[in-house]
Amino acid sequence: MTSVQLEVLLQTLISGLLLGGLYALIGIGMTLIMGVMKIINLAHGELMMVAMYIAYVLFSSFHIDPYLSILIAAPALFGLGVLLQKYLINPVLKVEAIIPENQVILTVGIGMVLANIATIIFSSDYKTTPVEYATKAWYLSDYWRESPIELSLSMPWSVSFCVALVITASLWFFLTKTDMGKSIRATAQDKDAALLMGVNVERMRVFTFGLGSALVGSAGCLFIPIYYLYPDLGGQFTLIAFVITILGGLGSTVGAIVGGLILGVFESLTATYAGMGWAPVGRFMIFVAALIFVPGGIMSLFKKRRLGK
Amino acid sequence: MRKALPLIIAGLLAVLPLLGLSSYWMHILILVIMWSVIGMAWNLLGGYCGQVSFGHAAFFGVGAYTAGILYNKAHLSAWWGMPLSIVFVTIVALIIGYICLRLRGPFFALGTLAIGVILRVTAENLTGITEGDLGIMLQERTWIDKTWYFYIVLALAVVTFIAVKMIIESKLGYYFVAIREDQDAAESLGINTTLYKTVALSLSAVFTGLAGAFYMNYMGYIDPKIVFALHDISIVTIMVVMVGGVATYWGPFVGAIIMVFLAEIIRTIPKLGAAHHTFFGILLIVIIIFLPNGIVGDLPKLKKLLRIGKAA
Repeated sequence: MTSVQLEVLLQTLISGLLLGGLYALIGIGMTLIMGVMKIINLAHGELMMVAMYIAYVLFSSFHIDPYLSILIAAPALFGLGVLLQKYLINPVLKVEAIIPENQVILTVGIGMVLANIATIIFSSDYKTTPVEYATKAWYLSDYWRESPIELSLSMPWSVSFCVALVITASLWFFLTKTDMGKSIRATAQDKDAALLMGVNVERMRVFTFGLGSALVGSAGCLFIPIYYLYPDLGGQFTLIAFVITILGGLGSTVGAIVGGLILGVFESLTATYAGMGWAPVGRFMIFVAALIFVPGGIMSLFKKRRLGK
Repeated sequence: MRKALPLIIAGLLAVLPLLGLSSYWMHILILVIMWSVIGMAWNLLGGYCGQVSFGHAAFFGVGAYTAGILYNKAHLSAWWGMPLSIVFVTIVALIIGYICLRLRGPFFALGTLAIGVILRVTAENLTGITEGDLGIMLQERTWIDKTWYFYIVLALAVVTFIAVKMIIESKLGYYFVAIREDQDAAESLGINTTLYKTVALSLSAVFTGLAGAFYMNYMGYIDPKIVFALHDISIVTIMVVMVGGVATYWGPFVGAIIMVFLAEIIRTIPKLGAAHHTFFGILLIVIIIFLPNGIVGDLPKLKKLLRIGKAA
């Protein structure tokens, strides 16, 4: 392997990991909702799109930095999620119907409405937030002059990655150490038992949907400095979130992080070695492979080993 | 009367072109019938067998591309795509079934959705075979007049209707419903659920593929974004069935009429044309909350509501 090839490979791996960190944040939101409510939220990517437009408006009208707009977009998305869950999804959960997947189709409907409203308000043009640090990067040769290879680390990508890490860590803290977090996990494990233990299951569901939306909303704010924005972008991120949850194991937060990282790396590998257009195919190849070879998700592999001992 | 109803409706539809309708109305009628074929096909899998597919555009697209590639590469008439699409779509359905049918419920739905996207991206990138985003265009249409297209799609619809009815009233149909109601119970009664789910998927796919091949011949132009569209094909397919009536014979037909007319009406209103997904989405939400089994499926409920309305 020549040094150029090595350089390309390492650079691909770095950008893959950075992308994976953001994917993980999207995946965690979905896996939380899936674990607690047992429904798949197909409007997940569209919620992210809404957050990105909030960040875009805040940036273009009030010059608020996209990273700071998390503080506004995440609570807004939390509210939106709570409203959707309370007034649309909860009533449908109670309705008797032939097809049990009604709630999933409902979220598709919600996603369609959100995407279409965004098209009407903002038109389907591509939008960006031209922050001045968008092209800033750190180069390896600046720090190590004799380095045989040249690697770069984009600044907005790294900042987004670090913020995603902070959010993930605080979520972990919230879920494991606080009372509320424990109630959420109890609801995910066994709804009836949680109810008997005095957990307000209805409220936990509403809260979790809001939390999941807020997580994907903050992921949207982290994405916007490095990505462009258009109304139909939601669909692809819904699929990414779904692939991550399948890859990581349903309802597993750690699995979502691992799945996100794997997906990010694999996607950037296909983009480098097979061409940009094939990156989505790579994404789904992983998905199909995961279904066939590790149907329980990556976390199930660890569990099996533990049982074997 | 009830038994003769399909005959009467087919007969009425068959004499419609004789009335000398304008080309626009013929187009609408052809679309309605095409969508009811796709709806009936989806209903077989989704309504009766309970496997909600979000990726029927995959089969539609493969059918359309079979016809298109035959015309473009093999220089045959695109009509050969109709018989040949049966073969190709069955192969694709078996592969998709092998991968996705190990998933249950909502996960199956998402698995098929992903497959639909994979096929779209593949069709966009395999420019050597599919011409990629340029699409495939028929240099000349078989007929200028729409009458024959109408009769062909009507024949397809009649065949689909009879096939669905025969399947549902046979043992196979009972297996499907048993799988929908409780897969584990069905399995414990000795039904090979994997086999019958695959059968349902393949049958559903074949009819959808035939509609796709017809679409290629009728419209004369396809590209990956049109025939593998998530919203405009896969989701509309589900809506046709959800609005009309899940697991009913007439539901897809009613749904197709409503959806095609709704789309046309919204398109004619200035300024609102871009918002047709919003209307579709709101309609979908309203239907799911108030009439979860569709208009035909919840007919007793609807009648009751109307009667109360009259009394008050």
